[in-house]
Amino acid sequence: MSAETKNIPPALQVVAPLAQPGHNYESISRAISDVILEKPMPKPWYATIAIGLSLLGILGASSAYLFWEGLGLWGINNPVGWGFAIVNLVWWIGIGHAGTLISAILLLFNQDWRTAINRFAEAMTLFAVMCAGIFPLLHVGRPWAIFFIFPLPNTMSLWPQFRSPLLWDVFAISTYFTVSLLFWYTGLIPDLATLRDRSKKGIGRMIYGIFALGWRGSARHWYRYEMAYLLLGGMSAPLVVSVHTIVSFDFAVSVIPGWHTTIFPPYFVAGAIYSGFAMVLTIMIPVRIWFGMTDFITTRHMDNMAKVMLATGLVVFYGYCCEAFYAWYSGSDYERFMMLNRATGPYAWAYVCLLLCNAVSPQFLWFKWVRTNPLPLFLLTIVVNIGMWLERYVIVVTSLTRDYLPSAWGEYAGTIFDWAAYVGSIGLFLFMLSLFVKFLPMITIFELRVQQHQIDNGEIR
Amino acid sequence: MSPNDLDNILTDREAPASMSEHQDVNYWRHANEFNGAVTIDDEKHREFDADDPENLDHAGRRNFMKVMGASMMLAGLTSCARQPEEKIVPYVKPPEHSVPGRFQYYASAVSLSGYAMGVVATSYEGRPTKIEGLKEHPASLGSTDATAQASILDLYSPDRQESISHAGNLATWNQLVADIARAVGEIDTVDGAGLTVLTETTTSPTVQGLMAQLQQQFPEMKWREHDPMGNNNARMGALQAFGRITATKIDFLKAKIILSLDANFLNEGPAHVRYARDFAVTRSAEANADAPDYVAREHFAHDEMSRLYVAECSPTLTGAAADHLMGLRYGHVEALARVVASRVGVANVTADPEKVAALDGAWIDALVDDLTHHKGHAVVVAGEAQPPVVHALAHAINGILGAVESGLVTYIDSPEADATDQQGSLRRLVDDLNNEQVKLLVILGGNPVYNAPGSIDMAAALNKVPLRLHLTPEYNETSELCHWVVPESHALEAWGDLRAYDGTHSIIQPLIRPLYSSRTASQILSLVLGEDATTTDYDLVRRRFSGLYGAESEAKWKKALSQGFVEGTTFAPVSVSYRGSIPAETAAVPTEGLELIFRMDPTIGDGRHASNGWLQELPKPLTNLTWDNALHIHPTTAMKYELEQEDVVILKVGEHEVRAPVMLMFGHPQGVATLHLGYGRQVAGYIAKDRGFNAYTLRDESSPWCINEGVTLKKTSSTYLLARTEEHNNIEKSLQTQAQKAEDRHLIRSGTLSHYKEEPDFAQRLGHHAPERENTLYNPDEKDYAGLSWGMTIDLNRCNGCSVCTIACQAENNIPIVGKAEVAKGREMHWIRVDRYYKGDMYNDTVESAHQPVPCMQCENAPCEPVCPVGGTMHSKEGLNDMIYNRCVGTRYCANNCPYKVRRFNFFHYQIREGQDAPQLKMMRNPNVTVRSRGVMEKCTYCVQRINRARIDAKVAAAKIGSDVTAIPDGTLVTACQAACPSQAIDFGNINDASSRVSLRKQNTRDYGLLADIGTRPRTTYLAKLSNPSPALAGADAEAHTAEH
Repeated sequence: MSAETKNIPPALQVVAPLAQPGHNYESISRAISDVILEKPMPKPWYATIAIGLSLLGILGASSAYLFWEGLGLWGINNPVGWGFAIVNLVWWIGIGHAGTLISAILLLFNQDWRTAINRFAEAMTLFAVMCAGIFPLLHVGRPWAIFFIFPLPNTMSLWPQFRSPLLWDVFAISTYFTVSLLFWYTGLIPDLATLRDRSKKGIGRMIYGIFALGWRGSARHWYRYEMAYLLLGGMSAPLVVSVHTIVSFDFAVSVIPGWHTTIFPPYFVAGAIYSGFAMVLTIMIPVRIWFGMTDFITTRHMDNMAKVMLATGLVVFYGYCCEAFYAWYSGSDYERFMMLNRATGPYAWAYVCLLLCNAVSPQFLWFKWVRTNPLPLFLLTIVVNIGMWLERYVIVVTSLTRDYLPSAWGEYAGTIFDWAAYVGSIGLFLFMLSLFVKFLPMITIFELRVQQHQIDNGEIR
Repeated sequence: MSPNDLDNILTDREAPASMSEHQDVNYWRHANEFNGAVTIDDEKHREFDADDPENLDHAGRRNFMKVMGASMMLAGLTSCARQPEEKIVPYVKPPEHSVPGRFQYYASAVSLSGYAMGVVATSYEGRPTKIEGLKEHPASLGSTDATAQASILDLYSPDRQESISHAGNLATWNQLVADIARAVGEIDTVDGAGLTVLTETTTSPTVQGLMAQLQQQFPEMKWREHDPMGNNNARMGALQAFGRITATKIDFLKAKIILSLDANFLNEGPAHVRYARDFAVTRSAEANADAPDYVAREHFAHDEMSRLYVAECSPTLTGAAADHLMGLRYGHVEALARVVASRVGVANVTADPEKVAALDGAWIDALVDDLTHHKGHAVVVAGEAQPPVVHALAHAINGILGAVESGLVTYIDSPEADATDQQGSLRRLVDDLNNEQVKLLVILGGNPVYNAPGSIDMAAALNKVPLRLHLTPEYNETSELCHWVVPESHALEAWGDLRAYDGTHSIIQPLIRPLYSSRTASQILSLVLGEDATTTDYDLVRRRFSGLYGAESEAKWKKALSQGFVEGTTFAPVSVSYRGSIPAETAAVPTEGLELIFRMDPTIGDGRHASNGWLQELPKPLTNLTWDNALHIHPTTAMKYELEQEDVVILKVGEHEVRAPVMLMFGHPQGVATLHLGYGRQVAGYIAKDRGFNAYTLRDESSPWCINEGVTLKKTSSTYLLARTEEHNNIEKSLQTQAQKAEDRHLIRSGTLSHYKEEPDFAQRLGHHAPERENTLYNPDEKDYAGLSWGMTIDLNRCNGCSVCTIACQAENNIPIVGKAEVAKGREMHWIRVDRYYKGDMYNDTVESAHQPVPCMQCENAPCEPVCPVGGTMHSKEGLNDMIYNRCVGTRYCANNCPYKVRRFNFFHYQIREGQDAPQLKMMRNPNVTVRSRGVMEKCTYCVQRINRARIDAKVAAAKIGSDVTAIPDGTLVTACQAACPSQAIDFGNINDASSRVSLRKQNTRDYGLLADIGTRPRTTYLAKLSNPSPALAGADAEAHTAEH
């Protein structure tokens, strides 16, 4: 052991290993595939999918009623034309940033610790983007005409209006979803083949076989796979930055004080990564325990992710400071009042909570004890998730309630239908995640084997 | 063929024998039956027995088949109905033949507090769709008020009484005729004693003629009048001053100094539309003699403005327009009138020094100085709510100031059909009723059971009359207690006549046959007279017309139909002399305790418009309240009683009490609370029922406008939601912030006249400058507006905040109502709203308030356009910011990005909600404006349908003379808001034409763009507001003013 670890820098020697010792290729394959093929699902899984399904039912019922009656069921009004739907959209898209970042950017930067968490994070990304995707449909006044937004050929030769950030959103989000899906699926192929081979039931073998696309693990397969995966990683990397930049344009392009600001793209991207990592941790911390994956997802992973959260959290905090500073520095009454109103107006509670959640709470991540202990870290990620939702709430709602003409000021509060759509989307997320851990390997089997090989060779620890 | 005719055919036979004849009468059920007295319940049974062909409840199979067969047969006859031969002459553009798809216009009149206001009614293929003012009519001058605009909705209202009913059951006209004939027959034997006709204030010559006939025929009959808001104090004041009842006519065009003693002359009374116009003219001073403006002002120098002093007990828009405003307790207004009277030299008037000491001495000094230095051009106007003595004092002061000599004030005979003391009339009516002296009571309009003062138990009194008939447009509290309920025809579906405030005889001509089996007051009177029951409203009006004009009547009639009124019927001035006896002042005014002031509701009036959804949803000026009334009090007074906004209080006066929500009102005189009448209807349709509380119950017969003693206020623990069209959280803090921001952002730019003369472009210097047009990455001249380019100006100096523009727009553009709950959520749909801003310390006794109508700015650089993903809002070649409803998917991004927040979203399918799905409402819609469905954004279009119509007309006209230039002459195209505005604050036209009115206004140095500093380049611009404070009082104001700049 000491001989094997002598090349490792001293700083790394004190951190937890990437995987607990004592595993070999077979034990890794079994540990992960048995969750799907052999073992009964743990009790918390049943609870999760039950909650997920119930909430999904709420989403379905409330959406049906919404389509029938109209958007008046929500709390939106004049002047607050956007409410929970947009807050949720931005929140989910932000959450959907972690997966691709982990998979693509960490891949390109050769960060070994991504191995155990990338599959899970990518799946979460896809589900988060799906959750985000339902909101534009619910949000428009005439959902039956939403296809007008796509550049479809029509007899009127009418194109969408390309100057609108909402149209850019359509392209940005759909591209992001497509590339993420392909990237995720490509990475799944060798594992699907493993499941096909280990599956004892004919139906499982058939379905996994179809999706494994005839993978046999030949050198040529591996060569093609590695190339494709790297290329997709390269394609995904800029998307991590572009999607939330474009989502931030929805606000930055407008003239509303509190929206009309150039800080938004970097600040939104940092916020997205921040919330994405928080959500990965929120899900992963219980899952690794329930499914016995503590050997592969160790405190090292939690520690690293917490550090990313700390870094992006500080960027977000810097964004808050910039907003306030430039509101004052602009000398514009509209901007100054916007900031003052945010901090002291009717929605000051949201702003104060947001600062507590997003600026104060990540400071605990300076402590290693917090970073490496599941319970405090879990609680902290929940706080950050709430904080990031509030951030979008503050931006969308408080800016709209009081803009230019005081006579047109208004107020906003979500109704029960707003909440139904929100918790319903969480239900969709939980339901999809539950299906994912039931039917697909939550950790990349073949990459863990590679990692085990590297550990055994002392290349990494 | 109307339902009437069917009724007539069906019942043209002898009335069926009553039930009791078929029954064995040995048995009786209760004492009344035994005694032979018949109760109203029995009447029901008697009137509709099993043989009645319309009573199908007990019909056997054979009977059913018979009636159905007859019905089927008769239904076929409807196709053979002949149109009555009555001539209706269209106005202005008499078409040689009607062109489908084109509007036709008819001159008519609608009632404004019983007086005529000339209107032009628009008809589209036989359906009235819009009402505009009649330019030549003295009470209109082409404008209207909100109630006239909204009366089109009254015609199609689903809450109308649709058929004649008796004791709650459907009945026919012939049954009514028979029953009234029987009752009149019984009365006739004693010279008509026992017959009483109750009317509201009316000026109708036809009604007057019929009443005279009736009085001749039945010398002992009684004509009683009750109008809860009538101008009785004015009548009694004239009686006190001159010994006879006269009407006062004021020519504000000559008025340089105006003192209003609690008079809201800009918004109330039969001449308010005219007065608002004339007053606005006196306010439009221009700094330079060559300043481009088009208003001719005979009595004023170009840079001269009138000065308005207002003393009031409850904030009004007239107070908001004042240069100097004083908030007073009710009794102090008389003290003010007395001190002013004695100081200008009215003999034998003394004022209680104690009361005078409570008034602002400097204010009075400045006022008296102004009044005495402008003899012949100074006028005092007394408000209806003030007691007769204040009116008498006003007459005396006007006499001394030479206002009568100069023609500023003219006295004429009252245009009312019977100008009488209505307070006494009501009392005599109630006494008669209680003494059971009335055998037949005919109530023509009105709702006395609801709106009689609480000190009178009208319901009990009414129940003592054996036969009661109510003619009413809607089923109400009074109808419920009447045997016969007859639907009253709307002014657009029946003939009638009225006189305007100056006596002008106006003809009401119908545009459509009655929608229901309705009748007019004249028809009911004719029926009581025993005339042929088929006499039509037309016959009656024509007969009266002939009676008035004799041989000339045929020619005059034709002319009157096309003109809307009879030329030269303005009443001649009468000479009156002031009697010089003002009674000594009565007891001291209580200065402690809460004083209740009763006022007509600013939108639904005395309650007669309570069923009108447009008016219910129109934000009340100054408070922005909709759908409710409230207890309006000053925040400091509220603090004294530990009240907060929307707290419910129990107000108790004597034995009557109401539960009222509290509405904080800045600038309300302290220690005084205002209650608006007209709410709290119990028997009404969907729109009116159970809204607000009924303040009439607290009213006292002898002092109907104020209660200053014995008011107790008890706070309850409950609260009540008041739907206002502004922020709801913490009204005090919110309004304070709003006022501050409005000032910081220079939204309303205002200055004094003297400042304006020194610095004519002061308004344009305020605030940040708009970015230069060239400062753009794009081609600044990307769009060249070679031909037409539309623009609008709104002169804040003329606007008094009356909000008629909002209703005119609603009528023109098929804008739905959304209901109270939706307004509370901030979802009202008005395309043009009137913003109100306060200025100064909100806890002062009076606050300055300014009004700003905000339609779409039609920005040249519109923030809404680039953000729509589907191109649902685009710029037109004429500079309009068009909505394309079909493309809109409802992302609401445009609304968010609109800095003016003028875009409105259909959160629900509002067109069919809130009782708006009645089929008859579809007939009301403007066929040229798309009816929007849910999920679609909408906003002001500058009335693009009118623009298109004008363009088509111009093209057709050009083609006829072989020209290819399509010029739309300036002034031929007006928007709905512009047309309705009494103050002519709004101008609209082609800004490419340098000589158009709108261009001239835009060249004015007062012109500025709202939020132009953010680079939107609005096409709607505003003209700064001016005030004309007295130099003697300007000290404090001027300091504040310089501080602001």
